[in-house]
Amino acid sequence: MVFIGLAMLAVLLLIVVFGPSIAPYSPSKTSPNSLDGPSMMHWLGTDSIGRDLLSRLIVGGRGTLLITFVAVALALAAGLVLGLTSGYMGGKVDLIVMRLLDVIFAFPVFLLAIAVVAALGPTLRNLILTIAIVYTPAMARVVRGPVLSVKRWDHVEAARSVGVGEFAIAIRHVLPMVISPILVQTSLILANTIFTVTALSFLGLGPPPPDPNWGSMLAEARQFMELAPLTVIGPAVAIIFASLTFIVLANGLRELLDVGSR
Amino acid sequence: MTTPLLQVRDLSVVFPPRRGRPPVKAVDRVSFDIEPGHTVGLVGESGSGKTTTGRAILQLQPITGGSVSLLGRELTGMSRSEVRAMRRHMQFVLQNPYSSLHPRMKVADILAEPLKVHRSVAKAEIPDRVAELMRLVNMDPAVVKRYPHEFSGGQRQRIVIARALAVNPDFVVCDEPVSALDVRTQAQIVELLHDLQSKLKLSYLFIAHDLAIVRAVAHRVAVMYGGRIVELGDADDVYENPVHPYTKNLLEAVPIPDPVRQRAKLASAAPDPNFRGRDAETGPCVFGEDHAHTGTPEWHEVGPGHGVSCRFWPPGVSPIRS
Amino acid sequence: MLEVRDLVAEFTREGEILRVVKSIGFDIAPGEAVGFVGESGSGKSVTARAVMRLAPEGSSIRWGGRILFKGQDLLALSEREMTDVRGHRIAMVFQDPMASLNPVMTVGQQIDDMLMRHMGMTRAQARKRTVELLGLVGIRDPEHRADDYPHQFSGGMRQRVLIAIAVSCQPDLLIADEPTTALDVTVQAQILRLLMRLRRELGMALMLITHDFGVIAGMVERVYVMNNGEIVESGEIDALFAAPKHPYTQALLAAVPRIETKRSA
Repeated sequence: MVFIGLAMLAVLLLIVVFGPSIAPYSPSKTSPNSLDGPSMMHWLGTDSIGRDLLSRLIVGGRGTLLITFVAVALALAAGLVLGLTSGYMGGKVDLIVMRLLDVIFAFPVFLLAIAVVAALGPTLRNLILTIAIVYTPAMARVVRGPVLSVKRWDHVEAARSVGVGEFAIAIRHVLPMVISPILVQTSLILANTIFTVTALSFLGLGPPPPDPNWGSMLAEARQFMELAPLTVIGPAVAIIFASLTFIVLANGLRELLDVGSR
Repeated sequence: MTTPLLQVRDLSVVFPPRRGRPPVKAVDRVSFDIEPGHTVGLVGESGSGKTTTGRAILQLQPITGGSVSLLGRELTGMSRSEVRAMRRHMQFVLQNPYSSLHPRMKVADILAEPLKVHRSVAKAEIPDRVAELMRLVNMDPAVVKRYPHEFSGGQRQRIVIARALAVNPDFVVCDEPVSALDVRTQAQIVELLHDLQSKLKLSYLFIAHDLAIVRAVAHRVAVMYGGRIVELGDADDVYENPVHPYTKNLLEAVPIPDPVRQRAKLASAAPDPNFRGRDAETGPCVFGEDHAHTGTPEWHEVGPGHGVSCRFWPPGVSPIRS
Repeated sequence: MLEVRDLVAEFTREGEILRVVKSIGFDIAPGEAVGFVGESGSGKSVTARAVMRLAPEGSSIRWGGRILFKGQDLLALSEREMTDVRGHRIAMVFQDPMASLNPVMTVGQQIDDMLMRHMGMTRAQARKRTVELLGLVGIRDPEHRADDYPHQFSGGMRQRVLIAIAVSCQPDLLIADEPTTALDVTVQAQILRLLMRLRRELGMALMLITHDFGVIAGMVERVYVMNNGEIVESGEIDALFAAPKHPYTQALLAAVPRIETKRSA
């Protein structure tokens, strides 16, 4: 399982890192062959203004995936800090932090995205930040859960009795034991975030043109669904593939790390 | 007369009420001393408060009242960093050798951690000290590169003991240190603890439910019931001349690994004493003293260094005056 | 009554075959009390489960050999036939009562069900017998306590309930696997006395498995000492304790702590 997931992840990473270099054409290069089906020149055909679909998928994937990875990485960082602190310290700190996060949690993603974009402008940076903020509460929860349980384990109390400071205990004795469940959950959240990113771009809240991304490609292609189905199927399959990668990875990791048992 | 290493006075721990349950007096005015180089055994059944007492003394459990004084210094009022500094004098050996070692740390790092925390040894000398600790517990120093799961239960417990000894503590609380081990391993670990005590002049608070094992290590024994110490004295006195009915009940219940005697014991009718029967705290106690009136603690000396509580005596039972 | 020959138990883990019981044989006569003693991993628990043909939770075990109970080979029976034997002819009491009792049924219901299934009683008859049984095992106010759920009982009481369930259908053989290990020592003494009394009154045979030499000393007439899946020594209990022959038995007995032994200086 893990290996399948890793192989799929490798494909995605390839796109992210080498995107423009492996695309056969420049994604913005137009040509008179609009809405063509697959051919020797264009493996997946072309879009409405003759741009090569495969290239747009590859470069668009780079954009979409980068946004996803960066946003989730930010959410993970914030979630780790908040979840670990909140879970480990408990009491009032836990209460306050969780309530504050609940406020964010209560906001529908799109409303928040629209609000931010309206207020600060539709830039790439804003999109990433919005997604990061929206997913931070979920991440914090994912961290906090295992922390609440691990902090009661014997080796933690043993460390305390030895005289290890609370901060060191949290980092050295608690954190390493919660990494496994966090990794699995992060993978699942990545699967989810792909959809959020593409949905937001679909609605036009994503990075502005001409940078391609799967969401906006889907939006553009809607009108041409019957004429050139690949223009819709292409991005759709790409989105599903990416999401599936993380789900497969999550399942593989779960088996591998034997999450839930010590 | 040496100053006791550890002095516990009127230690109390009350668990707050939760979800419809009333507050629980887990530890109720417990007092005892431990002399340097001596072991006090703390025995009792589940719910007696013995584990909570041990953790409270180590300041791992918040205390509701009373005092704990180690090496003449009062622990209960100390700030967190002061307590942490004092931890180099008091260490903890927990019950479960399978969970008290960090599963992802090598043994070498586990043993080095206390040394680094308390800066008791120069960094360059840590590996030597780690090797020394392993030899102290009769283990081969070469195996420190391994992880805890590569060792048996008995070996893991030795590692736990080695960690406890790392910073040369004066006092170690052992909470059921051998209950999770097989009988032969138990005997080995008990012997190890015994040897280490004479070698290093350690004091132990040995908490256990197995009275036979406690006898092997304890100089003095405290019997706990319902959060209180009901009897306290030299091991020989408590085991051979118990005064409190609960102590007698407890000793009587211990199975004897001798078929003839054990059969006879089981054949005799077991009383089902009601230790909470005489719960009223008013009026004279079984020794004839009205404590509510005189304001004295509910404790009576029945022999030199041998005392008993007048609480938890079943109705109708009174001490036989010798 | 019970003749076990060449009993083998193996299970596979990660492709490896582990043989936890290596061809052992033993007998239990009707009404006799026999003990199995050894350290963890000796195979004694698996041996007990073999007689009930119960695999330890979560694993699949393969049994080999013959377990002749009143002439019938239990290992050759179908699973359906075996369920008739279990609970009725042979009953078992485990270490952890909470794990063996159904938490969402009252204890009365659990005993009623046993009686109705194996003894063909009606619910009314079963309830009457259930109350009698609860009283027999020393539960006070059995009529009302029968309507309580397992979590409303203390550890010792739960073990009594488990024993009541076990003896409800008057089995010929009661297997007790570490029945008192999780209990306080005073409660342990009560449960041991209860088992002795029931054995006498109901004429059951007893197969007692424990690691505790004090527990086994008073309860059985003969004992088998197990180590690493094999029986290393067996014999009449007084003789075995007085003069153990096998070095392993000697080592075990020497390691048992004695309450009279004072602290060495």
